[in-house]
Amino acid sequence: MTVKTDLPKKATKKTSSAKPDASYLLKLYIAGQTTKSKTAIENLNRICVEHLDAKYRVEVIDLLQQPQLAEGEQILAVPTLVKTLPEPVKRIIGDLSNTERVIVGLDIKPDRNK
Amino acid sequence: MTKPKKDVVVIPTIQTLQKCPTGIKGLDEITGGGLPQGRPTLICGGTGCGKTLLAMEFLVRGATEYNEPGVFMSFEEPSIDLVSNFASLGFDLNDLKDQRKLALDYVQIDREELVDAGEYDLEGLFIRINYAIDTIGAKRIVLDTIETLFSGFSNESILRAELKRLFHFLKTKGITAIITGEQGDKTLTRHGLEEYVADCVIFLSHKVSEQIATRRIRIVKYRGSVHGTNEYPFLIDEQGFSVMPISSIGLDHAASSERVSTGISRLDTMLGVKGYYRGSSILASGTAGTGKSSIAAHFVDAACRRGERCLYFAFEESRNQIIRNMRSIGINLEQWVNEGLLEFRNSRPSLYGLEMHLVTMHKAIEQFEPDIVIVDPISNLEAAASETEVKSMLSRLIDMLKMKGITAFCTDLTSVGGSLERTDAGISSLMDTWLLLQVIEGGGERNRGLYILKSRGMEHSNQVREFSLSSEGIMLQDVYIGPGGVLTGASKLAQEAREKAESLARSQNIEYKQREIDRKKIVIEAQIAALRAGFESDMEELELAVAIEKMHQKVLAEDSVAMGKARKSDDAQTEIDPTKTVSEVANDCKN
Repeated sequence: MTVKTDLPKKATKKTSSAKPDASYLLKLYIAGQTTKSKTAIENLNRICVEHLDAKYRVEVIDLLQQPQLAEGEQILAVPTLVKTLPEPVKRIIGDLSNTERVIVGLDIKPDRNK
Repeated sequence: MTKPKKDVVVIPTIQTLQKCPTGIKGLDEITGGGLPQGRPTLICGGTGCGKTLLAMEFLVRGATEYNEPGVFMSFEEPSIDLVSNFASLGFDLNDLKDQRKLALDYVQIDREELVDAGEYDLEGLFIRINYAIDTIGAKRIVLDTIETLFSGFSNESILRAELKRLFHFLKTKGITAIITGEQGDKTLTRHGLEEYVADCVIFLSHKVSEQIATRRIRIVKYRGSVHGTNEYPFLIDEQGFSVMPISSIGLDHAASSERVSTGISRLDTMLGVKGYYRGSSILASGTAGTGKSSIAAHFVDAACRRGERCLYFAFEESRNQIIRNMRSIGINLEQWVNEGLLEFRNSRPSLYGLEMHLVTMHKAIEQFEPDIVIVDPISNLEAAASETEVKSMLSRLIDMLKMKGITAFCTDLTSVGGSLERTDAGISSLMDTWLLLQVIEGGGERNRGLYILKSRGMEHSNQVREFSLSSEGIMLQDVYIGPGGVLTGASKLAQEAREKAESLARSQNIEYKQREIDRKKIVIEAQIAALRAGFESDMEELELAVAIEKMHQKVLAEDSVAMGKARKSDDAQTEIDPTKTVSEVANDCKN
């Protein structure tokens, strides 16, 4: 319930999810409500629902609203999906229409795809 | 009537391209005022040619000198590294950051982390750039090196479209941008950035020839503006970047008729009594050990005495060595160094390329603002380059000095065996006054001779002078010119002694003859006297004879009177003078 920055979020993750390996923190950076942004959000939701079994948390950040975040997160391309947790950090750019690559990029094990 | 006039005034100002001064020494001159305002400029070149430095200096100068904040988007170096790198050049980037005059943003691109999954664009970068610009109100931006994006993003078609959009975005933002790009194999940049940045392209090179590196800058293109087209050498030193557009100087310098003393009074006399022209170029050439540097030192000494500033470029000797050596001929240069009137710049010619020498000399001259520049010797510069390059460099140096009205004194070492009247650097035509120092060998010694080969615009002596170096400096003396040729030194002295002896002998001879004549005169006079005496005695004899004859007559007469008396004559008058009669009688008896 607390409003937190990165570190407390990790904490909330650990507490909210029972299984230690099941916590995904995904940040999707977009720039305005463009077609690409919408496609990316839709694709991400679909992939998460299909492959992550609700053990995830997604934050959508609009850089037009918070441009200062682009520098800190080293965002160049949009949309960019950053997998902050679990480590290692991964970045997936594009509208996520290539599901295969997103899954690989998120290190989702093929076993869980079923 | 007024309206059209106003239009006439306004139109050109609209048409001419606004320029954004870089504040970098020389660059504004060759670009005619700076980079195109509100447009991107591409700076390309090989690794280590100074792209980043040029770009950063553009921002720092903009922030400090023109109150134009700037953004540095680095794609290569983290901001911390940039700060420490530029601290060594005296740029305090952190301070500028705190004053909100500079924003540093490091764009990290790590391909390992990036997974490409679908359509994307670089709006994130745009947002970052836009955000950075807006937070400090930037007027200038640098993207260094945006080509790194090509290694980060595999989809080149998206990237190219986005780059095109980026430059368009920067233009609409009205921000003056520098984009750097690495030199490609046959193209200006590896990824053809030049096709997006069409306004101004500057190329930096760092060539090495004969192990000596020279940095050069060239404006490949500058749309809508005249610009220098040559390759200009530039320098990166502790004060940053400086370009020396020396070749742009023409032959329209003013000619001063003021004269400056050479420091050697006899040489002044040879040069129409007053010495060199101010702002002229003087060459002293000669073989080794003919006293070129000493003449230069005299000139320096005289100038400093007048309170003028001298800059001495020495390519052969160290500062202390020159001071010591000149002390031996009675010139104390150290005092002028201490007073700040004289400065030495010593460097080996091979230290860097010729152009770099020129640039450093140019810079030193601009800093020191001398009245007189000594280059000792120019021939040594050839160690760093070919003859034609030296000639080109020196002509630009001398042109530059003439433009500034600085008197240039160059020495030139001519090689033994070569013609003395040709300098190795072939620059005689550049020189206004040419002193030729020559070794005159003979009589078992070498002596120095000096003559003025030419001196434009003044009457000058055409005679050879012998000069000797003593503890009081240079002494110029007349040489012996006689049937045996020009003689100097001991043989001159010997010849002079010989002549003296000869003339002494001649004068003795004349005296002797004089005396003889005198003697003869006396003899003749004596003879005349003797003859006269003889003549006189003859005369006396004659008179005597006449007298005796008269006496005789008289005696005869008296005798006849006495006879008459005795015979009872009646005349008794002759008895009045009986003594006289007696002596005459005696004389008569002698005869």
